[in-house]
Order: sequence, then C-alpha cells, then structure tokens
Amino acid sequence: MTEAKRKRCLLQGNEAIVQGALAARCRFFAGYPITPASEIAEQLSVQLPAVNGTFIQMEDEIASIGAVIGASLAGVKGMTATSGPGFSLMQENLGFACAAEVPCVIVNVMRGGPSTGLPTSPAQGDVQMARWGTHGDHPVIVLAVSSVLDCFTITVKAFNLAERYRVPVIILSDEVVAHTRESVELPLNSEVKVVDRIAPAMPPDWYKPYQEDARGVPPMASFGDGYRHHVTGLVHDQDGFPTQNPQEVEKFHLRLSMKITKGLSDIQLTRKFHMDDAELFVVAYGSVARSAMRAVEDARKAGIKAGLLQLITLFPFPRRILTPYLQQCHSVLVPELNLGQISREVQRVNQGQCAVVKLNRVDGRLITPHEIYNRLVKLSAG
Amino acid sequence: MPPSIQALTHTYFRHNKRFPHVWCPGCGNGIVMGALLRAITRLELEKDEVVLASGIGCSGRMPTYLDFNTLHTTHGRALTFATGIKLANPALDVVAIMGDGDATAIGGNHLIHAARRNLNLTAIIINNSIYGMTGGQYSPTTPFGSTTTTSVYGHIEHAFSIAELAVTAGASFVARSTVYHAALADQLIEQAMMKPGFAVVEIISNCHVQYGRRNKLGNAVDMLNAFKEQAVTVKKGSTMEEDELRDKITIGVLADRDLPVSTDEYKRIREQARSKREGK
Repeated sequence: MTEAKRKRCLLQGNEAIVQGALAARCRFFAGYPITPASEIAEQLSVQLPAVNGTFIQMEDEIASIGAVIGASLAGVKGMTATSGPGFSLMQENLGFACAAEVPCVIVNVMRGGPSTGLPTSPAQGDVQMARWGTHGDHPVIVLAVSSVLDCFTITVKAFNLAERYRVPVIILSDEVVAHTRESVELPLNSEVKVVDRIAPAMPPDWYKPYQEDARGVPPMASFGDGYRHHVTGLVHDQDGFPTQNPQEVEKFHLRLSMKITKGLSDIQLTRKFHMDDAELFVVAYGSVARSAMRAVEDARKAGIKAGLLQLITLFPFPRRILTPYLQQCHSVLVPELNLGQISREVQRVNQGQCAVVKLNRVDGRLITPHEIYNRLVKLSAG
Repeated sequence: MPPSIQALTHTYFRHNKRFPHVWCPGCGNGIVMGALLRAITRLELEKDEVVLASGIGCSGRMPTYLDFNTLHTTHGRALTFATGIKLANPALDVVAIMGDGDATAIGGNHLIHAARRNLNLTAIIINNSIYGMTGGQYSPTTPFGSTTTTSVYGHIEHAFSIAELAVTAGASFVARSTVYHAALADQLIEQAMMKPGFAVVEIISNCHVQYGRRNKLGNAVDMLNAFKEQAVTVKKGSTMEEDELRDKITIGVLADRDLPVSTDEYKRIREQARSKREGK
C-alpha cells in the first residue's frame, strides 16, 4: 500500500470547517440555512452520508441544536452551524447542553447585528453573547478562527474539547474568514489527533451518570448501549434525577465550573508574534488578527517594538497568558469589529497596569492593517 | 389478561428514583403511563431499545420514573431531540411524550414538521386543555369560552384539534383516545409504535385541579365520566352531522397510511453518496 500524501487545496473557511469536522469524526449535522454559514450545511449534506453520517435540515435553529444534542446522547458526534440571528435562537438548548453535559459543537459565523443586521458583512458582535447568551451561571468554551487553516485545526480542537470536558463548544468565525479562499495543506486524517468521550467501564448497575471524580468529568454512556439513565435540563443529582437539595444544587454548579477550571492550560489557546521583547502589543482575534499581524510586522520594520497576542480561546478568558505582557508593556491595543467586547475583558484583567486602547469598527467593513499600524505608531510615540 | 399494575410497577419503575411522583391524585398522566407500559410489554421491547423523550410540564416528568433511556428536554423541543436520537441510532424505539401546550404552542412548529418529515417516531400528546404546572393558564386546546387564570372573562380564542392537525401535516398514523378509554389508549399506542413513520396518539386527559375546578366540571371521576359521555368512535362520528359532533370527542384511528419513511430513505442517500465518492 502506498502512503497517502498531503494535498494542497484551495478552500474557503467554511469548507475547511467541514473538513475539520469530518476529520474529528463528526457524523451528524443538523442546521437551518443562514448567510454567511450556509456552505457548511451544503457541503456536509454531500459529504456526511458518504461516511455513514447523517445530515438533516431542520425547521429552525432551535430544532437544529436539539437534534444535535439528541444525536450526541445517542453516541454520535454532532455539530450545527449558524450566524447571529440563528445563534440567538439556539441559546435555550445551548444551556441544556451545558446543564446535561452533552458534547457538541456550534459554529457561529458572525455577521453584523443586532437582529437581522448585516447578513453579508463581517462583524464580531457576538463575543459576549457567546459567553453570556444563555441564562444561568455556567462556564463556556468559545474559540475564534482567523484563517482557513485555523478553520480546520480549531474545529478539530473544538470537538476534542467538547468530548474531553462534556460541554458544548462554540466556534466564532466571521464573514471574512468564512468566505476567504486560501491555499492550504490539510493534515491527513491519520495525522489528526481525535479525542473521544470516555465510556463507562463499570457494570450498568453501578453507573452514576453525573458522579464526581478527580477530573470532574463523568464517563458518558450513550442511549442504547445498556446504561439506562436519565438526562434532564433540571438541576440534578449524580444519578441524573432532579434535585432541589441545596448541597446537591451547589455541587452541581461547582462541578460544572471546576471541570473547566481544571483544564485551563489545555483549553486556553493563544498565538504570540514578537511578544518576547514587545513594549506595546495588540490583542486580536478572528479576521482582525490577520490585519494585526501585518501591522505588527510593518511596525517592526519601522523600528517599533510591537507584538501580537492572538486569542484563539476567547472564553474562559486567557488572563494568565495575558497578565505578564500587561506588566511588560506600556500599552495594549485591542482592535475589534464591535464596540469593545474583548477590550472590556482586557481592561478587567489589566487592573490599570498599562494603557488599554480600543480600535473599533461597526460599519460592516474590515479593520485594515494600515489602521492598526497607524495606531501603533501613535502609541509608540507616546 | 393484561399484566397487573404491580407487575408493571416492578418491571418498569426506577428503583433508585426517589418517589413520590409530582402528579396530583387522580391525574390522567398515570393512566397514560400505564397504557404506554402495557403497549411496551405487549410489543416485548427490551428496556435498552426504548428511549422516552419529554418536554416540560406535568407530562414531561413521566420518563423520570421509568427504567428506559430517558430524556427530559426543554419546553416544546422533545421532538427535536427525538429526531437526533433516532437518526443517530435508528435501532432505538423513540417515543416523545408531550402535553398540549408543549406540543402545539411552543412546540407547534416541531410537531407539524415532524409529521411532514415522517421519521419513524411515536408522539404521545396528553391533552388536558390547560397549562397545569404553571398554574392553569389557557393553552392552544382550551375550549372557547372556558375560564382559566389568563382567561377569567371567558376564553375568546379557538382550540386546535391536535389529531386533525397531525393528519393534515402528513403523519403516517394518527389516533385519539381519552383516559377513560384506557384499554383503547394502550392499543393505539401499540399500533403507533409498530407503525413505520411518524405516529401521533392524542390522549384527552383530565386536569381537574386547574381546568376542571375553574370550569365546574367536578372531580377526576366526574371528568372521566364526562369523557365517556362525549366519546364517539371514528366510525360513528363519520355518520354524524357537524352540529352533533361539536361537543364530542372522536376516538379511534383517524389516519393510517403508508408513506416513505425518511429514516429508511436516508439509507438510500448514503448508498448514493458512497457510490458517488467511489466514482461508480
């Protein structure tokens, strides 16, 4: 047998998300068409049945995420993809997946908002909604993609985190990343590290679906494999049954948070460019991070000691990675396609250590490298 | 001889669940639960093969007590979760249990599309004409003129007929019973679970605490007796005038038709997709 070789291909961000999902062994997709996310559904409708997977177009986004959660409970990795208005509709069942600890992946290709907003224009206005959109107090994992290759690798990562921590994982993309075509070399399936949920090893009679262990993530049985158990969105005890006992209620909440806190070093992903000797730096994510990288390169050429900290994980917010640079630098620039949803987080972590400067655009246009460069020049001049 | 209540209890109740249940004494939900269990017994289904999914409301608690794969979803969404389960593992017998508000108000869109889509699922809709758990507000099946906590001046909207809605939306099998007709209810559930395609069983039930009390319909027994008086079979109903049928409940099988089942059709899609990929 000849060894398969990597192929270079020209892909859109949305297409790379499809490839990433398939490589992560996603075998179920339910969705509702919406711009600029539709290509993900279209391509999976073609490709999933060929790998014995299932595609279904549901009647709305609420139904889509419901079906994904159902499929995941039956043991199949599932995903849905949408854009802002659809993501709003999904919040109810997103909360269910958090409460019942059901792994799944939700892609939100952000567009201008609020409401129907700007369907074909880029924006990053859903960052805080991804964090706080569903009701109640619980952790979330939110990842942001900035390139076509990212769309592949971060989608794989999203599935792996979802399975490892039994949580829904949100991928925030934006219209620029979704529709930009780039030449990329994707890894072969055999090179992709895929994590699967841990199945219970004990006999069914001993299985407690929400039992606390050292990791905080209980093994997960699938419907139909002999471990009959109850799943509910009500606060439940370790057997999965509804409870209002204060001790059990508190334990439920603390474990949901704890399992994420314990995995912070695994979950919080960032990229650093020229950060070692930086005197000022940019914090950026999504398509804006691409502009920022170019701006930082140009600034370096002009003799400015600028750096870029690109956030891949937006939540849990990577404060421990950011903090040393806030102490090291005199200013941090946070360019965003919103009015300051991540700069608020940076400010919270900063506690007055260095100057936090915002650069925002909400006119449906990109932030260009030149805009960021100009601000870096200004900041370096003091 | 149908199995005794004791036999059903011992076989299907969860021993580790902390009873008592949440239902009021005399509630029709218990009769529906019994009917479901008798149907499952007769079908000789393994517990591991059965998934019960419910929404929110009094009826939503039913799966909690029963020893199957059970799922208590968000309000109105039971059918969406059931759809995912069935598609991911078609070998499972998936039954969605919903109330009238659950299935036809917040979940109305999911109900009509599940009927149109025709996956091999069973929906049991317990219709007591009221939102019981939240305190007795009017639902899409509350009759015109009734009194509820949100229609104290008399209800001015018109009620859905759930079963007829399901027939029109394209379900393969649609039937109706009342909790008075418990033996019929379990036969209809059995037929629904055997039927390939989307099957709906509407069971008219009593909420004497929230609906009956406000509308002076008496206690649970009085309401059950009223169902007995109001019921006419589909066959008899077909010979009656519209005026005569106004306050009647038609019971029996309303639709039973053989349509392509999308759970089966998808197998063909997979074969096509595979052969296309392999370049055949």
